[in-house]
Amino acid sequence: MTWQGRVRTWQLTLLVLVLAGWELGAATGLIDPFFLPRPSAILRRVVAWAGSADVYNDLAITLTETVLAFGIGTLLGVAAGLWLALAPFAAAVADPFIKALNALPRVILAPIFALWFGLGILSKVALGVTLVAFVAFFNTYQGVKEVNPVVVANAQILGAGRGAMLRHVYLPAAATWILSSLRASIGFAVIGAVVGEYLGSAAGIGHRIAEADGLFDAVGVFAGMTVLSAFVLLLDGCVSLLERRLVTWRAPALNANQG
Amino acid sequence: MGNAMAIGGYGADRHSDTTADAVRFDGVTIGFGDFIAVRDVDLSVPPGEFLCIVGPSGCGKSTILNVITGLLKPRTGTVTLSGQTLRGLNRDVGYMLQQDGLLPWRTVLDNIALGPLFKGKPKAEARALAAPWLDKIGMAGVGERYPWQLSGGMRKRVGLAQTLIMQPRILLMDEPFSALDIHTRHLMENELLRLWEEARSTVVFITHDLEEAISLGDRVVVMAAGPASHPVASFAIDLPRPRDVAEIRLTEPFLRLHRDIWDVLRGEVMRSHTTVRA
Ligand SMILES: Nc1ncnc2c1ncn2[C@@H]1O[C@H](COP(=O)(O)OP(=O)(O)OP(=O)(O)O)[C@@H](O)[C@H]1O
Ligand SMILES: [Mg+2]
Repeated sequence: MTWQGRVRTWQLTLLVLVLAGWELGAATGLIDPFFLPRPSAILRRVVAWAGSADVYNDLAITLTETVLAFGIGTLLGVAAGLWLALAPFAAAVADPFIKALNALPRVILAPIFALWFGLGILSKVALGVTLVAFVAFFNTYQGVKEVNPVVVANAQILGAGRGAMLRHVYLPAAATWILSSLRASIGFAVIGAVVGEYLGSAAGIGHRIAEADGLFDAVGVFAGMTVLSAFVLLLDGCVSLLERRLVTWRAPALNANQG
Repeated sequence: MGNAMAIGGYGADRHSDTTADAVRFDGVTIGFGDFIAVRDVDLSVPPGEFLCIVGPSGCGKSTILNVITGLLKPRTGTVTLSGQTLRGLNRDVGYMLQQDGLLPWRTVLDNIALGPLFKGKPKAEARALAAPWLDKIGMAGVGERYPWQLSGGMRKRVGLAQTLIMQPRILLMDEPFSALDIHTRHLMENELLRLWEEARSTVVFITHDLEEAISLGDRVVVMAAGPASHPVASFAIDLPRPRDVAEIRLTEPFLRLHRDIWDVLRGEVMRSHTTVRA
């Protein structure tokens, strides 16, 4: 069997085993379904949701927030990263502020953003941006800092001005780092959206989970989490696809077994 | 040549100051922290000369080229290029670094096209200028490969094309052929001589290989063992041109020059070994 095939087989086996054990535990009374509902009940709820329109509406809202937070955050982070990496003085000045801001737990900001931007999409996007921007920033900064100095010298000797250096040397060098951080970024964008929704909104998957929570409806909470997980896996797949399309120039690692 | 870049780049002032040395060092000292790499170097390279510099490893040969390019500032002394004091990065200088600086995200062809692209040529035009170089460096058919798909010698050859496509007035080369097999190496050396005889640029060529230095250069300068290195001897190479680098090695005048220069160089190489151990 291929590597890919073996990986998939093991993943499936593991999933089935855990779910079967869980279902069995619930059936024999070892697990109280009030706290930890049966997988079959969760699945039934998800299927029921899939038949109604509101879940798609919620998904669309969460997706919009995620994509916006991801896009805006990445743009801000990359721009700031490029700037500070190429301006050592500004970087030295900004350093403590960036560290302090990044240390701030973002959940604290959610109510403030709700106050500033209202309970709609905007406050969730803002929350996601504060998470995504830092990931993009640190990776861009690192990427530019780690460009091979010989490559930089060579490009300068060949006559590259500031703009050309940015476009042909620094940005592509940072692109690998940015792309490899996209996966983390998309996760953070989802967190921003869902946490924001959970803490105060009228729609979205986070809101759906919060509602179920309020009713002590564990099945609803778990069904929400299931939908959310599937959603994240799907986005992750999209990012992988993008990464493979964009970085064609990189050597595959010598011990890479996965196709 | 025949392109706007050549005219704007150096054509106009190429013959403007034929009397001034293309490269001139007056009392140049270069250091890194407490370490003095080269001290009190006086060196003059007349326009059109092919100068080869040999010396023990670590004596400061690359350092000297870095100063000519403006990548490195000397601690004391002045560097003049064609009569003008060097300030900042010099754009008339082509420099093939000891390690290649190919852009990993660009194909071979696009890497060769970088110079013209940076000078403002549209992408298609820059690539068209680069295309003939694939043949010249013996890499026709691999223009669409990325640097990670190349051997060490191939990367060096791309670096060479990258530099030569600029038709620089002053060409600096730091052991450009050391990674090549002997056959390719002779081909490239002959090609370099041919291009140089056409363009008559000034060349400062660094090598470990004394035979290479004699077969290419008009003059060979021997550097002392570091630290605080400086030129210790200069030999005029009066071998006839055009030369074939493989054949000239077998001639009597060549062997005589080799013996004379090696007498000096051997002493420096041995001194450099004892200093490093001490
Ligand atoms: N950035 C640096 N910082 C400190 N020391 C340096 C630096 N660059 C070079 N040196 C030192 O300066 C000396 C000259 O270095 P250089 O690279 O010019 O030698 P080289 O003659 O080109 O040697 P090789 O033939 O091995 O390439 C060496 O002793 C080296 O250790
Ligand atoms: Mg060197």
